[in-house]
Parts: sequence; structure tokens; C-alpha cells
Amino acid sequence: GKLTLLCDANTDGSFLVHHFLSFYLKANCKVCFVALIQSFSHYNIVGQKLGVSLTAARECGQLVFLEGLKSSVDVFFRTQAEPHPLQFLRSANAENLQPLYEFVREALKPADDGEAAWRCPVLLVDDLSVLLSLGMGAVAVLDFIHYCRATVCWEWKGNIVALVHDSGDTEDEENNILLNGLSHQSHLILQAEGLATGFCRDVHGQLRILWRTPSQPTAQRDRSLTYQYKIQDKSVSFFAKGMSPAVL
Amino acid sequence: MAAVATCGTGVGKTGSMVMAGSKNNVTGFQRRGPRASGSDSSYSRLVSIAGTRPSVRNGQLLVSTGLPALDQLLGGGLAVGTVLLIEEDKYNIYSSLLFKYFLAEGIVNGHTLLVASAKEDPADILQELPAPLLDDNGKKDFDEDVCNHKTSESNIKMKIAWRYQLLPKMEAISSSRFGHYYDVSKKMPQELIEASKVHGFFFPEKSSSTPNIEPCSLTHGYIKLLQFIQNIIYEEGFDGSNPQKKQKNILRIGIQNLGSPLWGDDICCTENCDNSHSLTKFLYVLRGLLRTSLSACVITMPTHLIQNKAIIARVTNLSDTVVGLESFIGSERETNPLYKDYHGLIHIRQIPRLNNLIYDVSDVKDLAFKLKRKLFTIEVRENF
Repeated sequence: GKLTLLCDANTDGSFLVHHFLSFYLKANCKVCFVALIQSFSHYNIVGQKLGVSLTAARECGQLVFLEGLKSSVDVFFRTQAEPHPLQFLRSANAENLQPLYEFVREALKPADDGEAAWRCPVLLVDDLSVLLSLGMGAVAVLDFIHYCRATVCWEWKGNIVALVHDSGDTEDEENNILLNGLSHQSHLILQAEGLATGFCRDVHGQLRILWRTPSQPTAQRDRSLTYQYKIQDKSVSFFAKGMSPAVL
Repeated sequence: MAAVATCGTGVGKTGSMVMAGSKNNVTGFQRRGPRASGSDSSYSRLVSIAGTRPSVRNGQLLVSTGLPALDQLLGGGLAVGTVLLIEEDKYNIYSSLLFKYFLAEGIVNGHTLLVASAKEDPADILQELPAPLLDDNGKKDFDEDVCNHKTSESNIKMKIAWRYQLLPKMEAISSSRFGHYYDVSKKMPQELIEASKVHGFFFPEKSSSTPNIEPCSLTHGYIKLLQFIQNIIYEEGFDGSNPQKKQKNILRIGIQNLGSPLWGDDICCTENCDNSHSLTKFLYVLRGLLRTSLSACVITMPTHLIQNKAIIARVTNLSDTVVGLESFIGSERETNPLYKDYHGLIHIRQIPRLNNLIYDVSDVKDLAFKLKRKLFTIEVRENF
């Protein structure tokens, strides 16, 4: 069970989310996608370009999709009978994200009959920084991830992938707490950043990959690699620094 | 994006050949049988809504912002279901002008408008909208403006203006062009304003009644505004919930000076504000409403007054398109000879990637704008 942290600074890292979504769906894993930023059709259309059909996956039960934008309207304007995962939108000071955790738990729980229709469960969150904007504290979000890790990663041997925006030099303290806290817990960090020299048409940014072993903090050095990338219509092409086809 | 669900209600229940009312049918006659009406209603769904066009990049439905130069920079226009955030310039001169262009474009296209403001009565805002350039006389003066224009879109402009020479003057409502030009020295004709459907939300008037949502860390003003918007969307069927609508239309929402103290929010006043999540929550729920309906929203926000920079970053992340205006008035650049041709700078801070991994982004980031009487141009800054 691994926690993969995606973060983007100065650029849009959503291509990583689309990649992981299609990757895990193709690998026949059961995916719970908490999509707080865009609508279902957006992910569906991009997913089709990457080769997966989200509607088919949702219908056969492989994908459990929480569409944040649409549900927020329901939660906000109509009182709900039973607790809703996004209930914190209605309350003045929500303490924790327990309803959301319950939702994830319910979605990824392995089938009772013991037969696994799918491989390991995966939780995908896009993205966690939005929860801070909606009134949750950094500690509440960290607790939520901790609970999810205990259940999904440790108990059910699944994976978690979460996107967090790196606010860079704007002094967003809550976001920094969240980012640092998650960085220390994760096994793999993918950091997408814009080029330091500014905007370029052929190189959209730089991706830094960092492998970590959180359980042994003082042990061997973490491996890291850096690539530059250019996003295309149906894929992303990576190349070593300075080796963009436009330059060579 | 917006789920446009038409339903075939026109099947004659009783007789065979029914002369049905032209709700979803293209032809007057309608044969018996549910299948025929199904195909008819899907055909009418393909009939496009006035004032919109699909994007060449991803087929997204776009509306014009009222400023063709800005439409081009945003990849063809503003996508239906998204939010355009305009970061106001210091004295709110050009941003309110852009706001008015957006509303004027809605009136010319026959869209429904929803104008929300805490500062000015929406009726007053409507009176100040610029007049559209649609007729012959406009074209002559237009030509001299066009000659000064250096980019290649000038040829396209002249061609488009030619076509509308033939239209009678008051056909403005059914104008099928995408993106119009406006004359800021003249006001929009009263007939056009009265012919359009406008919902106004003036916060000081509505602030007295209590909202029927329990306080949830949103300021009073935002809760009322959200309820108002949701009400309009639901009642007029912009979210597809009301199947009796015969003609699909777009709702253009314009919110002025969001975040200013007049809305009851204190993020512009202090750095450590009490309800720092108010604005961001509002934007999130607003975007949720927009994504599930046929509407587009333009918000102007005095971001230069917001003390807490973290909030600006969060607001940017929560909006789809963000454009910042920086005018030269009152700054040292006004007298700087480098900038003498321009009135200010325009920064395209964010463009959304909708239904796509990539987006249309122009190569140039150094953009300056200049306002002439009949033309608001955005150009590459030429002299460095």
C-alpha cells in the first residue's frame, strides 16, 4: 500500500491525475475517485482520449465517483436525510472529514463473499487543497488522509494518490502544513513545476520524481529524477532536461 | 458540462396525425408514434442557441465575452458553465467596462441576464451599457479605427461588418454574429434593454430578509446571492429541469465587486479575517451551479485590495479563467513614453483545460490594451 503525492507549483498538474486514473482503471483495480474540482464529463472525455471509459467503469462497479461540484449544490441547497460526504459545506465550523472517510470506506470495502472481482483498491483525490478553501483545517485533512491510509493502504493493501497544489511564495500556511505533512508520509512524490525561466511552448514544465521510504527516515538516500515534459492531445512526452526535440 | 436534456413531450396522445404546437418539432405535422417525436426532439436539440458556437479545440460550447479581442485570447470565447474572474484595475474603470461589454453582448444575443451588485442598482448598470455597432453608420467610422489596427484580424472585422449592412436596424436581438463591437460614447437603445430579460440582485435591497439556510460560514450576502441564482436557474429551466422550455437559452451572470466590504465580507479589510473561507466556498458552490446549467458567469473582484495573498491564490484555483487588468492611470507609467499608446496591461493569468489535456494558449504574454471610442483593442506590446 503506497501513498503517492502529486503536487504542482506554478502549473497545472491535472495531467498526472488523468494518467493515474486511466492507469489504475486499465490495471483492473477498484478505484474510488473523489473529484472535487471538475465535472464527471471532463474526466470522462479526457479518459477516452487516454483509452478508458469512465461511464463503463462506473456502471460495472469498478469506479466509484464522487462528483464534488454537482454534490455540493445538492448538499448546500437541500437538507439531506442521511449524512453526505460533503456535509461540511453546510456547517459553520466542521471539525473533521469523517463523513467523507466513511464514504471512501464504504466504496472501497472488499466484497463480503471473499471473491475479488478487482485488484487492489485505490483512492484518488483531486484535489486536497480545495478542502482547505472550503473551510477545513490542514489538520483535519491530514487526519482524513491518515485514516484512509490506515484502512486503504495498510488494511486492504491498496494505494492512495492525492493532488495538492503547492502555493509557492504566496504565504498559504495551511497549504504548506498540508504539503509538508503529506510529503513526509508518502512513498512517491511527483512534483510538476513550471519552468523557472517562464513560459515556453515546447516544454510545458518539469517533473521531479522522488522515491522515499517513510518508514526509515534516516536510512538510504532517496532517489530522485527530473524530466521535462510537453503535454500533447492524447499523451505527455517526457525527455531529459535540455533534450526537448524543439531544441535539438 | 451542462447536460442538455430535451424530452419529447409532443407526442399526440389521442389521434394519429396531430398538428402539434412547435415546441420540440421542426415540422408542424407529427405522425403518431413515440419514435418519431424522439428523433424530432433530438433534431431540435442540435439547433444551436443564439450567440454561441462550439469551440474548435474541444467542441465546448462558447459564448462571447463581448470583446472579440479577449475572445481570441481565451481560445474562442468563454465556455458555458465556467467562471471568468476579472481582477479589477485600481480604480475599477476598465474592469467595469469589460463587465458592461459582457452584459451588452447578452442583450444583443437575446440571452437572459442576471446582474448582481452591492454598489449600484442593476437597473442603473443596464442604462449605462454601450450601444452595439450594427448598422451602416457605424461601419464608416469603424474603418478608420481599423486602419490603425495592426493585427491581421482587421480584415475579418471589415468582412463581418459588411454582412450586417443589410440587416434592418432593430434586428439586433436576432443577430447571429459571435462577438460584437460597442461604442462606449453611446448608450444601448432603450428598446433593446426592455426587450431583454434581466434579473437584478441589489444586495442592500435583499439584505433584510433572513436566509433559510443555517449559517455555514458564508456571509449573509453570499448566501442570499447563491439562493437567488439557484432559484433563477431552477425556475427558468437553465439546468434542464423544466422541460417545457421551447427554446434553450443561456443565462449570463454578472457579479460586480465580489469580495468587497459592500457584500459584508472583510477580506479586503484585514489580513486575518474571520470568515476567510466565505468567498472561496461561495465560488465553489457557484461553480457547481454553473457546471450543471447553461450559464456563464463573469465576476469582477478587487484583488488588489485583498490583504491575504493566500486567498487570492485559492480564488484563482477555484475559478476557471482569470484575467487581470492593470491600468496606467495614476501610476508612473502614465507618463512613461514607452506606454504612451496604451491604457493599461492585461494579464491572462489562467485558462482552463476543459475536456482536454491541453489548452489553447497564445504565445505572447505581454499584452496591453487601449480603449478607443468604438474599439477596445488588446495588442502585443510593441515597443519594449
